[in-house]
Amino acid sequence: MSSPSAAFEEAPFNAASANVSRVVLTAADIDRALTRIAYEILEANKGSANLLLLGIPRRGYPLAQRLAAKLAATDPTIDPQAIVGQLDVTMFRDDLAHHPTRAPERTALPVSGIDNKVIVLVDDVLYSGRTIRAALDALVDLGRPRAVRLAVLVDRGHRELPIRADHVGKNLPTSSSEKVRVRLAGIDGPGAADQVVIEAGA
Amino acid sequence: MRHLLDTESLSRDNAIQILDTAQEMSAVGEREVKKLPALRGRTVVNLFFEDSTRTRISFEAAAKRLSADVINFSAKGSSVSKGESLKDTAQTLEAMSADAVVIRHWASGAPARLATSGWIDAAVINAGDGTHAHPTQALLDAFTMRAHWSQLAGTPSVGGDLAGMRVVIAGDVLHSRVARSNVWLLRTLGAHVTLVAPPTLLPVGVGHWPCEVSYDLDATLDAGVDAIMMLRVQAERMDASFFPSTREYARRWGFDDARLARLDELKLKDTIIMHPGPMNRGLEISSSAADSARSTVLPQVRNGVSVRMAALYLLLSGEMREQATPAPSNAKDNS
Repeated sequence: MSSPSAAFEEAPFNAASANVSRVVLTAADIDRALTRIAYEILEANKGSANLLLLGIPRRGYPLAQRLAAKLAATDPTIDPQAIVGQLDVTMFRDDLAHHPTRAPERTALPVSGIDNKVIVLVDDVLYSGRTIRAALDALVDLGRPRAVRLAVLVDRGHRELPIRADHVGKNLPTSSSEKVRVRLAGIDGPGAADQVVIEAGA
Repeated sequence: MRHLLDTESLSRDNAIQILDTAQEMSAVGEREVKKLPALRGRTVVNLFFEDSTRTRISFEAAAKRLSADVINFSAKGSSVSKGESLKDTAQTLEAMSADAVVIRHWASGAPARLATSGWIDAAVINAGDGTHAHPTQALLDAFTMRAHWSQLAGTPSVGGDLAGMRVVIAGDVLHSRVARSNVWLLRTLGAHVTLVAPPTLLPVGVGHWPCEVSYDLDATLDAGVDAIMMLRVQAERMDASFFPSTREYARRWGFDDARLARLDELKLKDTIIMHPGPMNRGLEISSSAADSARSTVLPQVRNGVSVRMAALYLLLSGEMREQATPAPSNAKDNS
């Protein structure tokens, strides 16, 4: 979790001044977006019954953990550890043959399994939709959930597949030459603050 | 990493990457659908010029769990028995567009020849050649040891090595490609290796290997050990008498019931007993040792599938005809 004291930290001056990169979500924005998504998830699910959050490595997983903590804060019957899992999609990607070898990450499901659960896939950026397609394939091999929903921190458009997010932190109109970077404290090294940055394409 | 030929040239990073990938692969065996689509449409040829049970089955299971197509080829009953050369066999496989060749051969260096000769464009995985190397066996042994070692230390095994582990490899070192591959890999991973064998069953030049050599199994055990690997006495490769009698061998260099009891006396309760199989029960290992709670013979077989899945995945996925060593990519892109 991001500490509130770090939440209002401004982006470094040089990063904001150059048109190379620009901060679009600060730590406070990310926190507010996750809070809203948590309420949306509870509303769409009409409560917390049978809910599982599966984060897609690497940054989807810490986001799923934060969402679970927010769900637990509103509904004390939720055990945040028991409803969060990590779903690796590396082996299910459609571009394995076109990129350098990717090391697979861990898939760790809650002990309850995924059968008849409502799964909320959590990822940082929704772009072409191909990662989510791979995630749906990976889920099929693990069991049969009752429903699968998708929560993303940023939807940057440019979909290549008929996939849409149910819960979006921020819709971000981008050019496909730009890069969207999500930095999260705890994943991107010590001292990294939570922020979402758009970098201009090379 | 384009081929997997031996463990001597395997860097520490690559070795750990294979073990870490194998760790993730091992979870697949416990799932509802024990299959990953990663190598769909790729063809793996198992080219076995020598008898094998577990290595061939293990490679076949590994390739199938990754959805690759598997063609099994054994020299018996093929045109090799009519005198076809390795080159012609390889070019036949090339014409069938094999993506990977898993080769076991009685001649040391046959896999290296296949990989460097230009006869074939596929990735070559050495599944044991003569008395030279058996890298996937060494990797699965290291995987088994690492799981045990990190469990003792209470640390996660992913990313870990074998620093400080005392490993004894005892038996027929002279004919053992498993011992050779293990010595190099365990050295790379930071373990301390002692070879124990009768002087007649140690190869010339063993003094230059990165390990210690002893002729006395009991003294080595008394000095303390975390893993004991017994090697099979390879009677089929022995063209001379290397020891007076099997009884004398079993008594001096076999892991018998007395030595099993001695481990308890020495309070080495966490020492594991390993064997690459197939076992000569009563010769290099007694039945009670092989079936004891310390024995990791069956976990080794189970881990073999995971390690071979990792090797196949790392060699075959990724950019086709990749020449450079794959960097462990740590981030999926935003797609």
